[in-house]
Amino acid sequence: MYELLLSTAIALAVVLAFITVAAMFFVYAERKVAGWIQHRVGPNRTGGFAGWAQSIADSIKLLLKEDLILRGADRRLFQLAPAVVMASAFALFVVLPFGPGLIVADVDLGVFLILAIASVTTIGVIMAGWGSYNKWSVYGAMREAAQVASYEIPLGLSLMPPILYFGTFSLKAATEAQTGSFGMGWYLFSDAFWIAIPSFLLFFVAALAENKRAPFDLPEAESELVAGFHTEYSGIRFSFFFLEEYAAMFVFSAVGAALWLGGWNFPGIHLLEPGSTLLLVLATASFVLKAFFLVFIMMWVRWTVPRLRIDQVMTLGYKYLTPLSMAMALIAAGWEYVKHLGAQA
Amino acid sequence: MNSHPAARFDDKPGREVELDVATQDCMIHMGPQHPATHGVMRVLLKADGEILAGAQTHLGYLHRCAEKIGESVDWLQYLPYTDRYDYLAAMNNNLGYSLAVESLLGVEVPERAQYLRVIVAELNRIASHLFAVGTYGLDLGAFTPLFTALRDREEVLELFEKICGARLTYSYVRPGGVMNDAPEGWLASVAAFLDGFEKTWHEYWTLIAENKIFIERTANIGVLSAEQALAWGCSGPMLRGSGIDWDLRRDQPYLIYDRLEFDVIQGVGYRGQVGDCFDRTFVRMFEMVESVRILRQCLEQIPDGEVLHEEVGAVIRPAPGESYVAIENPRGELGHYCVSDGTKIAVRVRVRSPSFCNMSVAEHLMPGAMLGDAAAIIGSVDIVVGETDR
Repeated sequence: MYELLLSTAIALAVVLAFITVAAMFFVYAERKVAGWIQHRVGPNRTGGFAGWAQSIADSIKLLLKEDLILRGADRRLFQLAPAVVMASAFALFVVLPFGPGLIVADVDLGVFLILAIASVTTIGVIMAGWGSYNKWSVYGAMREAAQVASYEIPLGLSLMPPILYFGTFSLKAATEAQTGSFGMGWYLFSDAFWIAIPSFLLFFVAALAENKRAPFDLPEAESELVAGFHTEYSGIRFSFFFLEEYAAMFVFSAVGAALWLGGWNFPGIHLLEPGSTLLLVLATASFVLKAFFLVFIMMWVRWTVPRLRIDQVMTLGYKYLTPLSMAMALIAAGWEYVKHLGAQA
Repeated sequence: MNSHPAARFDDKPGREVELDVATQDCMIHMGPQHPATHGVMRVLLKADGEILAGAQTHLGYLHRCAEKIGESVDWLQYLPYTDRYDYLAAMNNNLGYSLAVESLLGVEVPERAQYLRVIVAELNRIASHLFAVGTYGLDLGAFTPLFTALRDREEVLELFEKICGARLTYSYVRPGGVMNDAPEGWLASVAAFLDGFEKTWHEYWTLIAENKIFIERTANIGVLSAEQALAWGCSGPMLRGSGIDWDLRRDQPYLIYDRLEFDVIQGVGYRGQVGDCFDRTFVRMFEMVESVRILRQCLEQIPDGEVLHEEVGAVIRPAPGESYVAIENPRGELGHYCVSDGTKIAVRVRVRSPSFCNMSVAEHLMPGAMLGDAAAIIGSVDIVVGETDR
């Protein structure tokens, strides 16, 4: 019992450290990518080389800032909201298969767990918006509720094709199934690639909306709602919302990488001895790099396109993405059935 | 005691609370420190959920007594104050004021100075429209067009820095001519800028006007009819966007505009209806192209000679009288009404600013639009609050 608690505590500490470092890196990367896209340099002073310490300096600044709570705010909701948001983002990392054997908890219903916990973030956002005593924040919260409720469906359904293909909800099992003959048995390159590609695009768009990333950043649309649900937050509580955004971006990118892009598999993985340290390092690097690449695309999209209006977001969700993802799930199921019949014959 | 939860929100305790939920419109203050108001302006929005039921604009946060100052400093000293009302088009402000003073003085400005004035005014128009289009992208949530626009605006500002030493508040155009002649090679660098700008213009066009989301956000939004535009005294891209063919440069020519060939751009409902937010952006985009045309002709025609009328010195004493001169500022008709009693200080300097009239109609475009459209409508008016409040 004692050993179990200790190992859990260590695992959670590692996850927490990873999230913090990764989120700080993403904030820095976002600013560099934005600078690159906009003919600017981005942060280039703090810490000397290419401004690498900018995020660290910003974190220290946020930690030292006054934690301001408005007099009319609902103090409990206001104080609890960042914790709820942060805790849900934190819990998402538990089921990510970083490498062979490198997973905090291999839950059989991993994908399901991610979808379920990701929705908890919304509750935190609504708490923040409602508790802030600010009409703009309430607007942000209401938009978040509407947006997430409508994009949960296409997000969940767009995950169905890989789940049906691999016959498992576990991210670890799905990754292991993608090793193939020389590490390239990725779902995107499988016999069902014609289902995999459109379902991946659907998943990516729905994930953008779920993460409040541009062009779906309605809950915090700065030119309309000032900063939306986190307008009134300052200091460490504000940074929690910030961390959550980047952590959730990484999680959804990681899910995309695990289900479509082969997870930790890379060409040549079959040559390495199973269980060796080299394999573990390379596999983890491969997984993290794939997820980073998807995060980079999310950043690229953000700095390229304008923001949709709330009714257009809803139209896209209900009229296009939901029926399309439903059709994708049905087609994927039909294809698996055809393959099953073929195998029997 | 009434224990129903709704009772907590009842402002009159003890009254019988019905279980039906009473609804009322939400009044929201957009500004004065809201990012989409382009300065310090406040719009009181009345919203039914996401749909706007009404709006009211409140001005005055940037009031700096510009007109009153005109009555207490002498004619030439007032020139730097004109820079400050539309700080994105300061050359045009200088020009409008200088023309009004010259009309009182009755002097004819040397020809080279007239050409230099047109060159700097049109360059300033390009810079101003670039900023307008760029920040409009920002209002709609696209950050990158602004930085692409600032890159080219920077080149214009560098040209201005070379000719007058200032980047924002120039005071270059002055009563009697211009401050100094263009330095050697300056006209050639203007030509070089135009060559580069013609290429990058297409980048903006694709970034903005070919972008599906941009079209969705601006087409058929904030439609200003031609009658409404005339009734509210709109001018500039706001008026032309509604399909009215009116440009002071052509219809009441000043300086040497009657010698130049250019088209007046009107809104045509390129992606939606005539007079929508897209059309106003469309007009601004193509006015930049026309400015390039004007500049090229000016660079060809510009003669040598003096740039300042010799009779206009440091102290100006116009004969008693009054004058009104209106010019086509990037934002519309900028009029100066000056009254002189023969002393070195004006009796009255009145400014008719385009943003003020253009902004007054904006609140009438909002009812029925969505909350997100409020930013799109205010942005498409392209106000400079320094000018509305003066």
